[in-house]
Amino acid sequence: MSLHEIAFYFLSFLAIFSGLAMILSRNPVHSVLYLIVTFFAIAGHYFLLNAEFLGAVHIIVYAGAIMVLFLYVIMMLNLNKEQIEKTKNWIKFTAVLSSGVLMLVLVSLVSRSTIVPISQGEATDGTVQHLGKILYSDFLLPFELASVLFLAAMVGAVYLSKKETVKN
Amino acid sequence: MELLPHITVQHYLWLSAALFALGFFGVLMRRNAILMFMCIELMLNAVNVALVAFSKMHGDTSGQVFVFFIMVVAAAEVAVGLSLLMMLYRNLHTTDSDALNNLKG
Amino acid sequence: MENLVTLVPLFPLVGFLYQVFFGKNTSKQLTTLIGSGAILASFIVSLVIFASQLHGHAVEVKAFSWINAGTLHIDVTFLVDSLSSAYLLFITGIGFLIHVYSSGYMHSDEGFNRFFAYLNLFVFFMLVLVLGNNLAVLFVGWEGVGLCSFMLIGFWYKDHANNNAAKKAFIVNRVGDLGLITAMILIFANTGTLNYTELFDGGQIAKLSPSLLTTIGIFLFIGAMGKSAQFPLHTWLPDAMAGPTPVSALIHAATMVTAGIYLVARNSDLFALSHTASEFITYIGIITALLGATIALTQNDIKKVLAYSTLSQLGFMFTALGMGAYSIAVFHVITHAFFKALLFLGSGSVIHGMGGEQDIRRMGGLKKFMPTTSLTFLIGTIAISGIFPFAGFFSKDQIIATAFEENMPVFVLLVIASAMTAFYMFRLYFLTFVGKFRGTHDQEHHLHESPISMTLPLWVLAVLSVVGGFIGFPHALGHAIHFPHFLDHFLSSSILVAEGNMDVTMEIIIALATMGIAVTMIFYARSIYVTKGTQALEDKDIKSPLHSLLYHKYRFDELYDLIFRKTFDLFGHVFSSVVEWKMIDGLVNGAGHVATWVGSASRQLHSGKIAVYLVTFIVGLLALISLIFNF
Repeated sequence: MSLHEIAFYFLSFLAIFSGLAMILSRNPVHSVLYLIVTFFAIAGHYFLLNAEFLGAVHIIVYAGAIMVLFLYVIMMLNLNKEQIEKTKNWIKFTAVLSSGVLMLVLVSLVSRSTIVPISQGEATDGTVQHLGKILYSDFLLPFELASVLFLAAMVGAVYLSKKETVKN
Repeated sequence: MELLPHITVQHYLWLSAALFALGFFGVLMRRNAILMFMCIELMLNAVNVALVAFSKMHGDTSGQVFVFFIMVVAAAEVAVGLSLLMMLYRNLHTTDSDALNNLKG
Repeated sequence: MENLVTLVPLFPLVGFLYQVFFGKNTSKQLTTLIGSGAILASFIVSLVIFASQLHGHAVEVKAFSWINAGTLHIDVTFLVDSLSSAYLLFITGIGFLIHVYSSGYMHSDEGFNRFFAYLNLFVFFMLVLVLGNNLAVLFVGWEGVGLCSFMLIGFWYKDHANNNAAKKAFIVNRVGDLGLITAMILIFANTGTLNYTELFDGGQIAKLSPSLLTTIGIFLFIGAMGKSAQFPLHTWLPDAMAGPTPVSALIHAATMVTAGIYLVARNSDLFALSHTASEFITYIGIITALLGATIALTQNDIKKVLAYSTLSQLGFMFTALGMGAYSIAVFHVITHAFFKALLFLGSGSVIHGMGGEQDIRRMGGLKKFMPTTSLTFLIGTIAISGIFPFAGFFSKDQIIATAFEENMPVFVLLVIASAMTAFYMFRLYFLTFVGKFRGTHDQEHHLHESPISMTLPLWVLAVLSVVGGFIGFPHALGHAIHFPHFLDHFLSSSILVAEGNMDVTMEIIIALATMGIAVTMIFYARSIYVTKGTQALEDKDIKSPLHSLLYHKYRFDELYDLIFRKTFDLFGHVFSSVVEWKMIDGLVNGAGHVATWVGSASRQLHSGKIAVYLVTFIVGLLALISLIFNF
């Protein structure tokens, strides 16, 4: 077993277990923390796949920005208290069942396909230069549109969270 | 250089499937809207893993660009979604999704 | 000459239409003039036609083409032959006399114009009935006279009892009409025509199988049973006496009830071919004859006695028809028309004089107050009892003689019926006109002889009742004394005539014997009612069960009420409470309930909970995937 296999398996199990922990945790803050661990594990996977830039961006954006946002909201709404959720039993049952079936379906779909090794491609494929070159040449339009999207999201976020002013 | 000789695409796809199913399970199970949101993020990430694996398989960087854009969209979505949640909380004073039952009937 | 026949029904029709459009403001004199004048004109034309038929042969005069549909061609064509011209004469003749009578009888009635309108319409329809050359035109007249009978019975419509009687007449008639329609359909389906000439002279009828002929014959006779009040469809005739007396005289004695005889006589070729149908007719006829006679023995209303007597005499006629003596039956129709109309008009005169009273227990000794009426009534009574040389003797005697030849039991029963006829008719005469007056003081003061408009027709009919019998002098006797046997010969061109090959002596013996029995009954009645002075019992005094049974007309009305009305009521009740309420309403309401239930079950899906929606969504998605990938 090479080092990389060990790394792969370790990261995978870490991702899955902390994902599970996130779902089953009662305290929302704990859930956020577990999710951050999951994101780190996934970032590790990106590094293993030679997608360095993506891995870095992943950590910065997800673990750094998005999760922080979540934490802000949770704290603002004072949700760190333990809340007993009374999900109905039949929904729990169906949820387990359907997600299990979903996984089975996907797994078996995958198993049927031909085995392809993953080692094609250059090691330099995921570097900043390479990615930047492709981004600014082939994918220029989506790149610009993404900025428009951000603008819209910013405006939306600001507007939606404004408090209603009391008219005099 | 053979980085991962015995790891095939299938492994990454299984991982992606497992994370996706987990995220899905979480969406169904939890009633707190914020937690549902987080599980959706998990699902998105599972898809990202699959995409990157494919990108490596084909040797085509377009997969990574795609993931890049998914992250962009996810970020924007989180911003807007959370502000929606804030508004919801202001009106209903709870984040329980069962409180959103005006469509009942 | 024969083309004038279209005028015959046309005159009464014009009279009717005049009343419809202008009747509101017409004076009674003008109405009488137009109404009676129309019938008189028809009578004169009928005389001309009759004269031409004496030596001529049958003629068909087409009025217009009526139905042309595929193979069905029906024209309104009038058939002028001996049978129809004979009927024409007495319909228009007696009709005219009754119109004149009505002008006096209905003088103070406010519905005078309406009455004449209905009378004219009735004569029109009756003429159409006898003049048609096919069964369809006959049927038009058939229904028309039924309608007019309904309107005239219920003439005084403000009294509900009259309306009920009218409805009863119409409904019972309808039952018979069903038979007639069925027969018409059968005939048309098997021969393709309804025309008499094609059916009989053209040999279409002879081609049919015996069983089919019997069926058709019986159905035709059922039609006749309804119209001519034979058992068991006889219940309407006594109730029909609720109408004004001229109506009873015209419709229910002389004309409408004889339409059944006409139908059978016209189709004599058919009945001659079916022995079973003819037997059936005979039996029904004799039953009716006895039924009418036995009930008439006990009745106390003048008109009811006469009504049951009509029933009985019609039974005689059908018995004759059943035995194949078609021309003799027609002969009896004619003589019966004379004296029965006379008797009814006489009773009308009595009722008029008594100020509306009809119960003979309140009468008596009217001879000295109303001599003309009394005398003419006596003539009619003698005629109906069958005493030589009055009209009834010849016709009744021939029927009885035919029965002697053909059917012994029927012969005996007919003799019994004739005896009873003599008895009850004279009982009626004695209780009404002879003896002491039993009515109230006021009635006694009111008594007077009727005006000439009423007594003149009585005289005319009385004369006819005396001499009318000579047209049908029996064959055998006629040969012997060289008297022209007129009617048989005349009618033989249109209907089958029975061959009378009876021994002359036998016939004379039978004739005298029956007359002797009648005379004996007359004296017997006289001894009871005149000499001993027995009175008819009041209703509450009737003790004997037989008397009670007869007085209540064998309880037929109650029987029919039980069988038919109660069954219909039961049906109606079942359908309304069970089928309507439980089944149909249940079905409709149930549909509503099901819809509501499905709705309330389906709305569980709309819980408003996101988790539920997602579950539903993913379950569907999985199902789809498994289907596509054949898991």
